[in-house]
Amino acid sequence: MRLAIREALLAFRRAPMLSALSVTTIAFSLFAFGLFGLVALNIRNALRTVEDRVEIRAFIADGTGSETTAAALGDIGAFPEAASVRLVTQGQALDRARRELGEFSDVFEEGILPASIEVRLKPGFRDPATVRAVAKRIEVYDFIDDIRFGEEWVEKLHRLRNVATLAGAVLGLTFATVAIIIIGSTIRMAVLAREREISIMRLVGATNGFVRAPFLIEGFLKGTLGGVLALALAWIALTVINRYVVQATFFDPWMGAVGVLAGACIGLVGSALSVGRHLRQV
Amino acid sequence: MIRFSHVHKTFARTGAALQDVSFQVHKGEFVFITGPSGAGKSTILKLCFFEELPTQGEVKIGGISSATYRAADVPALRRRLGVIFQDFRLLEDRNVEANVAFALEVTGTPRGQIATRVSRLLGQVGLAAKATALPRELSGGEQQRVAIARALANDPVALVADEPTGNLDERATRGIYQLFRDINAGGTAVLMATHDLDLVRHSGCRTIEVNRGQLVFDSASDGGSREPAPAPASPAPAGPATTAPATTAPATTAEGNA
Repeated sequence: MRLAIREALLAFRRAPMLSALSVTTIAFSLFAFGLFGLVALNIRNALRTVEDRVEIRAFIADGTGSETTAAALGDIGAFPEAASVRLVTQGQALDRARRELGEFSDVFEEGILPASIEVRLKPGFRDPATVRAVAKRIEVYDFIDDIRFGEEWVEKLHRLRNVATLAGAVLGLTFATVAIIIIGSTIRMAVLAREREISIMRLVGATNGFVRAPFLIEGFLKGTLGGVLALALAWIALTVINRYVVQATFFDPWMGAVGVLAGACIGLVGSALSVGRHLRQV
Repeated sequence: MIRFSHVHKTFARTGAALQDVSFQVHKGEFVFITGPSGAGKSTILKLCFFEELPTQGEVKIGGISSATYRAADVPALRRRLGVIFQDFRLLEDRNVEANVAFALEVTGTPRGQIATRVSRLLGQVGLAAKATALPRELSGGEQQRVAIARALANDPVALVADEPTGNLDERATRGIYQLFRDINAGGTAVLMATHDLDLVRHSGCRTIEVNRGQLVFDSASDGGSREPAPAPASPAPAGPATTAPATTAPATTAEGNA
């Protein structure tokens, strides 16, 4: 094993430019993926904050009896999705509006704002589809005048997150394919450069695994380096965004580890695909 | 230990290289394979270490058969054979010691044992004093000794040598030949392809002669003659390339480039 690692490290010295190229390609493929990943991550975080505030507000028609409202509150409170249900009377609605509007508080007159039922949903039931479904079930009460649940921007954020994830995946996969091809070529050149050595290895009885090991380790190391480099690039990008654009969060340590591991896999797959094919020609 | 049973070998480009070749080499034997260029000598040796496989028939080396072997058997087989070529096949960027150690490293010999074994092997081939020299600093004969030391590294039961003296002058040839004899005296079988008939004639060893892919003479079975026979009186125009070595002038070695 030690010999295999030594040989793998020697490969970097034998072809430094080519090695740098493959590491950089892996780094860029993961960086592209990582950048969109960061966008998706931050949208997800934003969504979570927003979703915490997601509530369905059902406005009650004037003149609805308090028993009717109380019965409806009980029914809605029993929905499995509902975390809390409360009644906001006309007076409370007015107080709130005045509080929120400060100096313009006088624009509202008594009784202008309707009473409403406010429903907060449990975590896990705050996606647009569920929110809409719950809203529909509330809407069936005939004393409900109107119902609001901020559907548009919830949906927009969701769509944006999906687009970011998809774009990251497509770009990342494209770059990853390019990286695998480049790694494959560097391994091919390494195999050809060591043709004589490999033929002697086989002649004296080295196992196939032994002959392959240095190339696989070489690919693995390049991939890991690419992964670390990608993480560093993503961190730099985030620092810039933090300073000039918007405060954003970085990957968790485990997400970073997954990124580096993905690099290692790209390197390993690239070299494994190439080494098998080219060793047969030696 | 080495057994060829009705072996045929056909190459897609060049056609039949061997036809119905059968022979056995026993433990500790010294066997020459002779014949003109292109007769099939090298193909026989390549079949021995499974570099090539028979198109038909069976090659069996120490219990591993070309008909039933698994991929993992090939490295095991090659550790039991030492292979030597005319062009030495040394790693030019490594010194003598490292070239020999390479064979031990790649077969997983514990690190602690490698230095001792390398120095014993270099002593055996008479190169103890040149351990740190690079191959290009050595004569042809010395380079071949390094290759022999490497071939011996894993204690093979047989050495398979393809024209090992083909690039050497007469003096170096004798030296290398003597080294093979010494190794053989220690119990290692030797199967050596050569067209140095002078060497063969004076050796008194078993000789197998091939011509045009056919085994035309085996001194072990063909009347016990120790000399390579002239071409058999066969309908095939076996050709003038085959030899009547008792009468042929020694084709010794203006070719050396030691």
